[in-house]
Formats: sequence, C-alpha cells, structure tokens
Amino acid sequence: MLAVDSLTKRFQGLVAVDRASLAVPAGSITGLIGPNGAGKTTLFGMISGFLTPSAGRVVFEGQEVTAEAPHLRARRGIARTFQIVQPFAGLTVAENIAVGAYLRHPRRADAVARARAVGTRVGLRDQLDKPAADLTVAGRKRLEVARALATEPRLLLLDEVLAGLNPSEIRDILPVVRAIRDDGVTILMIEHIMQAVMTLCEEVFVLAQGRMIASGPPRRVCADPQVIEAYLGKGAAARMNAEAADA
Amino acid sequence: MSPRDLLPLVLALAALAVLPFLGLSGSVLNFLVTTLIVALAGLGWNVLGGFGGQYSFGHAAFFGTGAYATAVLQLKFGWNAWGALAAGIGLGALVGLAIGYLSFRAGLRGSYFALVTLAFAEVFRILANSADFTGGAAGLLLKLQPGVATLQFADRRFFYLLVLAFVGVALLASRWLERSRFGAHLIAVRENEEAARALGVDALAVKLRAIALSAAITAAAGGLYVQYFLYLDATVAYGTWISVEALLAPIVGGIGTAFGPLVGALALQGLGEVTKHLAGGIPGIDLVVFGACLIAVIAFAPQGLLGLRRRRKVAGKSVAAAGA
Repeated sequence: MLAVDSLTKRFQGLVAVDRASLAVPAGSITGLIGPNGAGKTTLFGMISGFLTPSAGRVVFEGQEVTAEAPHLRARRGIARTFQIVQPFAGLTVAENIAVGAYLRHPRRADAVARARAVGTRVGLRDQLDKPAADLTVAGRKRLEVARALATEPRLLLLDEVLAGLNPSEIRDILPVVRAIRDDGVTILMIEHIMQAVMTLCEEVFVLAQGRMIASGPPRRVCADPQVIEAYLGKGAAARMNAEAADA
Repeated sequence: MSPRDLLPLVLALAALAVLPFLGLSGSVLNFLVTTLIVALAGLGWNVLGGFGGQYSFGHAAFFGTGAYATAVLQLKFGWNAWGALAAGIGLGALVGLAIGYLSFRAGLRGSYFALVTLAFAEVFRILANSADFTGGAAGLLLKLQPGVATLQFADRRFFYLLVLAFVGVALLASRWLERSRFGAHLIAVRENEEAARALGVDALAVKLRAIALSAAITAAAGGLYVQYFLYLDATVAYGTWISVEALLAPIVGGIGTAFGPLVGALALQGLGEVTKHLAGGIPGIDLVVFGACLIAVIAFAPQGLLGLRRRRKVAGKSVAAAGA
C-alpha cells in the first residue's frame, strides 16, 4: 500500500533521515520505532507531505506522491496525527472532527453526523459538545485520531498517540486502534511504548540516526543486537548476553 | 441553512428596516446610513479577519477601490451607476485576490500580514492622491441627479434601505460561513493551519477565496459611500480611518460572528455621536472614546459584546447544571 524508497532529508548540514526505505502492506498495523531523535517524525512528515524529501520516493497505492501537497495526499486517503497534538482549540470536539468529515461529506448535516459517529467510536461521546481546549491529554490524543479517521483514510499515520497516557488509558485505546484496522484502514504507527508495539504490530521498522537498521516481526527485532545497541549504546548487547550467561 | 438559522437575521433586518419610518430627523438618518456603511465594511473585514484569522490593517485598499471605481466609471466613462457599483465590487475582489496571492503565497501571517495590507492601502492612497483620473488631491464630485438609474435618492430613507439590503446580503454570507464546509475550512485554517492541511484543506485556496469575498463586501461599502456623499478624495477612500473602523466594529461587537460587526458598528458609532454631543467643543474626542473602548474590550471582553452575552448564558447553564 505504501512504499518508501531511499528517502533522505537534509536540514542544512544535518542528515535527519538517510536513505530510509520501508513498506507497509495493505491491512497491516506496521510499527516504526527508534530512539529519540532518530528521524521518525521527519520521515512521517515526508510521507504525509509536510516536508519535501531531499532525495528518494514515496509511493502510495502504486502512484508516486513524493512532491504532492499534504491536502492532496489527504484526499488520496493518507491521514496523519500529530505527535504534539494540534486541536482547533476554539471549536468543540464535534466541530473539530467535522473539519475532517467535510473532506468526504460536503453537506453540513452529513459531516456533523459523521463526526459524531466517529467521535463516539473513539470514546469521545460524552465530550462531543465540549470545547476541545477542555480535553485531557488522553482526550486530545483520541481527538487527533478521530479527526484523522473522519477523513475516511485508507492509510492512517499515528505519531505517538500513546505518549503521555497512563497504563489504564493505554489499555483503553489499544482496542480502538485494532478496531480501526479491522475496519480496513492500514496503520503505520510511531510508538515508544513497546508493550503496545508488541501487541499491535505485525511488523516493525527500526530507525536509528536516520538509518533503517532492522525490520521484521516485533519479537525478532527486539532481540536484534543492532537494535539493542541503538537504544542502549555500543556493546550493550554483548554485555547483556554475558550477564545472562553468568546468571 | 435551516429556517431557524435565518430567523435572527430576518428579525434584525426587519427591525432596522422600520427604523427610518418612525419619523427620525435627517441627521439621525444620516448617522444611521454612515453606521450601516461602516457595518458593511466591518462585515467584509470579519470574513477574513474574524472567520479566517488573517488580521488586515488595510481594508481601506478595498473600500477605496470600490469607491473610486464607482465614481470614476460614471464620471470618466459614462457608466450607469449600478453597473459602476457592480464593477467596483468586482474590482475590489480582484485587488483582494492580488494582495492575498502575494502575501499568502509568501506565507505571511499575523502582524506581517497586517503590515503588508497597511502598506498596500497607503500606496493606493498616495497613488490616488497624485493620479489625474482620480481627480488628484482635489478629489471627485458626483453630480447630484436624484433617480433610480443614478442610484441617488431625494429621500434618504430609500438609500438607507439600499445599504440595509447590502448589509443583509453580507449577513447572509456570514451566516453561511457559520454553517458551511467553506466556513468550517476557513475557521480550521484560523485555528491551526497545519492541522487543517492534514485534513485535506487547501489552506491557500481557502484564504484566497476568503480575501476575495471580504474585499468584495468592503468594496461595496466604498461604492455606497461615494453614492451617498457624492464626494471622494484619497484620504476618504484609502485613509486609515476606514481600515480602523472596519476592524473595530467586529472586534468590539464580536469577532468571527455574523452579527458582531453590525452590533459593534451601532455601539461605536452611537457612542461617538453621544460623546460629540456631550463634549462637542473638543475635536477628536470621539476617537479618544473609540480608543478607550477598544482597550476595554480587549481587556475585559475579548469575544466582544456578543461574547459577553454568550458567556453569561454558558455561566447560567453551568449554574443550572450544578443546581440539578
């Protein structure tokens, strides 16, 4: 469904993403993990059109979209959430979601009905008529998802929707993400919370210092010495093995 | 839009429509016409500034273009007054598109956009002051020829109703913004442009459409102004006075609401008249009061006069909820 081919992004001298490639099969939940500053959000920016790559290609459903503006990609069916939540603070929750729903439903009555349905689905039913500014962190994350979902995407890019949530809030939102996929929306998610990655993702890609260093099923990737070293520093994998052997 | 959405609008227009037939004096009528013209300019500003969050300091550029086009096309090209007014509205929209394209393409927002619009209005003022076809510093005088074809009425009440009709159309457009996809997109761009783009909103196109509509409405105010006063010079047409009036009315009345500009214009102009009567000897005293009002509104009622009412309603509701 989505193919990213040797994507590179340079900011002046700094190479934030360096020839990164990944593929997201239709109907999957694919994870993108990596230490802080690895370039995950930059990669998301290029996939959704907010950043122009310095080199490489983004192909969505067989069509090259590398240079397309974000709103055109949204119309094609790519939706994203923002790591730093971006609610329309002056509007109510339902009005926020309706902006997304208007993409496929030009009539107000349809868009509003759609928005309320989507809001209910992500668990915001009791907050629909509240100002978005009054939501808790968990509520705002749900709002990000609802707004993106209201555009009726085929590919949903989730940028750390679980960050900042407490364990019970995470437990509540995991089934929501899985239900979205079961409705036929392919998901690519950036996530730090490994418990969530392990339970949700069929396949994960690991980005470290701008390079894709590993990919595969989550369990295998987590055991990969290169991945462990990317998180914990050079020699960490060997030390851990030695300690395990001693014990 | 449902009939319920339109009810307050119809009621307000009906109330304003009977006003001139209550035996008001000529000077009161004069005041009302001026107030409605300012309200119309403010309704225009509110489309871009209130709903779109793009604060223009130079709506004089559109007001003046509408006014000059209406006058010049009649005087120099022998156009019919109605045609000239329509062309003035169209030209105003075009000037809006041009200024919008240049500044929004360059990504100007906030105070940068405000400064650029102010600069455009000033450039127009200086050009109009020196060009021949605008009458230069001497200005332009329309010949007094009362008649329907010349868009002049011996009875001021008819002109009042004509301006009110334009205000009605602008109110309808604002109401439509509150209830349509385009309006939702415009408000989304105001609240958070990045997020709006991620949801499929073409931010540039939305802002361009908004500035064209905004400029057209304010240009209509300019055209009506010259038809009423029959005189125009660069300071009247492109002066900062109208840029300020056009933004003060919505800000004081209730920014980003359909009725805000009308309420604000009535309140401010009314207050200005009263102060002039009470302290007639001091020139410019009404402007001092305007300034004080603006400070008071920004400090105590950032949502304007209409916002005060809404806040009371919300507070009442939560009190009722707590009681239950």
